[in-house]
Amino acid sequence: MDLTYSPEEQAFEAEVRAFLNAELPAELAAKVRKRRELTKEDMDRWHAILNAKGWLAATWPVEAGGTGWSAVQQHIFEEECCRANAPRIVPFGLKMLGPVLLKFGTKAQQEEYLPRILDGRDWWCQGYSEPGAGSDLASLKTRAVRDGDHYIINGQKTWTTLGQHANRIFCLVRTKTDGKPQEGISFVLVDLDTPGIEMRPIRLIEGGYEVNEVFFTDVRVPVSNLVGEENMGWTIAKYLLLHERTNIAGVGFSIEALEQLKSLATKVRRGGKRLIDTPLFAARLAEVEIDLEAMKLTNLRMLADAQKKGAPGPETSMLKIKGTVIRQAINDLARRALGPAAAPFPSEALDGNAALVPEDHAANAVSYFNNRKISIYGGSNEIQKNILAKGMLG
Amino acid sequence: MDFDVSDDRRMLADSLGRYLSDHYGIEHRNAVAYDTPFHDAQKWRDLAELGVLYALAPEDRGGFGGAGFDVVTVFEQLGGALCPEPVLPQLLATRLLMAGGVDLEPLLSGATRYAVAIGEIDAPYAVEDIATEATDSGDGWKISGRKSVVYGAHAADRILIAARHAGGIGLFEIAPGNADITVYGMIDGGGAGELFLDKSEAVLLAGDAGAMLQDALDWGALALAAEAVGAMDTANAMLIDYLRTRKQFGRPIGGFQALQHRAVDLGIEIEQARSITILAASRMGTQAQSRSVSMAKNLIGRAARLVAEESIQMQGGIAMTWEYPASHYAKRLVMIDHQLGDTEFHLERVMADLQPAP
Repeated sequence: MDLTYSPEEQAFEAEVRAFLNAELPAELAAKVRKRRELTKEDMDRWHAILNAKGWLAATWPVEAGGTGWSAVQQHIFEEECCRANAPRIVPFGLKMLGPVLLKFGTKAQQEEYLPRILDGRDWWCQGYSEPGAGSDLASLKTRAVRDGDHYIINGQKTWTTLGQHANRIFCLVRTKTDGKPQEGISFVLVDLDTPGIEMRPIRLIEGGYEVNEVFFTDVRVPVSNLVGEENMGWTIAKYLLLHERTNIAGVGFSIEALEQLKSLATKVRRGGKRLIDTPLFAARLAEVEIDLEAMKLTNLRMLADAQKKGAPGPETSMLKIKGTVIRQAINDLARRALGPAAAPFPSEALDGNAALVPEDHAANAVSYFNNRKISIYGGSNEIQKNILAKGMLG
Repeated sequence: MDFDVSDDRRMLADSLGRYLSDHYGIEHRNAVAYDTPFHDAQKWRDLAELGVLYALAPEDRGGFGGAGFDVVTVFEQLGGALCPEPVLPQLLATRLLMAGGVDLEPLLSGATRYAVAIGEIDAPYAVEDIATEATDSGDGWKISGRKSVVYGAHAADRILIAARHAGGIGLFEIAPGNADITVYGMIDGGGAGELFLDKSEAVLLAGDAGAMLQDALDWGALALAAEAVGAMDTANAMLIDYLRTRKQFGRPIGGFQALQHRAVDLGIEIEQARSITILAASRMGTQAQSRSVSMAKNLIGRAARLVAEESIQMQGGIAMTWEYPASHYAKRLVMIDHQLGDTEFHLERVMADLQPAP
């Protein structure tokens, strides 16, 4: 048993750290640290910096323009990026569609789309969930009917994250209505400029806009935009979900958030005492640190296992459940640490001399409410438990 | 033993509940609660005419209520509708002005709105920790310091302030024009403000006000507990309805045992929350007032957060949206713990008095 990284991995960690020190723009890091909303330009800017270094597509092989990194290297990179408050990589093209095209796409599709993902010409979004198909994704109803060389798509998608920035969407659509629901689903690529598509923003609980509804009315899509065979979309969807789950534990986010929380707890005072010196709050803080220490190692153990087997397995569901619970516990403490001062909406009126809370923490309640999503999206924690139960109990 | 609500209180609850559902529905509520001036002056007058404020004071002070159960009756209804009107500061002011012997009629009629400024950035909950200072310079009292997250400051005609002076902690009154006030909106709706006081002119109401301030804070915490019970009831009704009607995997999701048990857990916690609130209401004005209120506020803090988080999780993405009312209930339920003492603060107060019975 050896819990340390190999010398090569340690050297890689140092290299990533040095790169972030030199190349991550301070104003981007500050926005991330303060939990402020990033603009499309912010995200594009960071992607371009990574792409120039050849580090944008961490999960792709070298010949496709990726890094060819091992699972451990990918983990080190993610963790260092979180520590440095780098913007997160927008996953839809790079972590979701890219691996799908590499596995199931035609050569023509790979050649057309992969370079456009890397250089930012294409911003992809995801058309999976529907109002009636959330946890039960296989019940999706958006129809694609063959008409010569085209499919005609009608239906509605929802929870399309950052769709407002996208020019393309990958969708699960129904191409067969008889038989098992899973067997009639296809995976298609759609240009958002196609007539008949309407994107409407959904306002979230804390007031922000990051998800959308997408309506399709007689949208004509060339059959050549089908990925894989017709009716094999479910297999592709499952493959994609597995990739969505790398770094699903969000350990890097938790480590960074816990550090911020501890620093906050040394600044907040309750009647002459620092919050970190009040036993009840300190006990909660210590508990979540214990859980996170264990989580770090659980994550590494599963990572080592995946590296050995070549692919992550269903046990990643465990990482998603515990990882999100820990992140939410940290968000909860960061909100409650502020007392009454957590409640006002962050505003410029409360900056500077009028500051109500220590720097970087104005959005703690906003983050707490926004991050209730992490135990819902990407397969809710209830669905993850079903997956684990099936594995354990048959 | 009789747990029935008196006829008078039932009538008040019914008329207030009906008014709120007819005239302060969630769409109007959200339009008011998240935009300046964060309350609705016409609706304020309507509520006052319904007797919402008179219910906060006893008959010998011009009201028709003033008992713990009167406060619970009013705030349960306000909570059920997420009403953002600044009624809570009027309750605190009523208790303080009663103790000071001031005529309550302008407050109870709704004509004069008060805000009560006690908490500070480094002393958010405990009266004894406040640092704002009052000095008597010979030509009247002057107050300097900062009062933080003062609920109702956005809509106040008068402000009551707790400040430290040579003789202890006193209660003062100022006109809002005598302070520099930054008004802001709250993440869970409604408004508040920061008060910057720099030798602001003030009138002394009580020199030794520690006990009356604690009494007012107890009453405020009771009101918040009742507000949470009302909000939990509405949030839970929405959840149950959703579990019954939302279909996934070919059946209502309420048919899945994993969700059934969690829904039942919420039901149990809500009944516990109702019980501890009733207990605290019954003990107002007794020796056990502060301890019972702290028990209630602690339990409410835990239960309300559970209801908020679980109702979002079980209803899923839809409960993460602004458009769906459950999200606004969840925000209020979580943020109630940030007002007048959180779960830890009140737990400490209960912990300080744990001796076994002799």
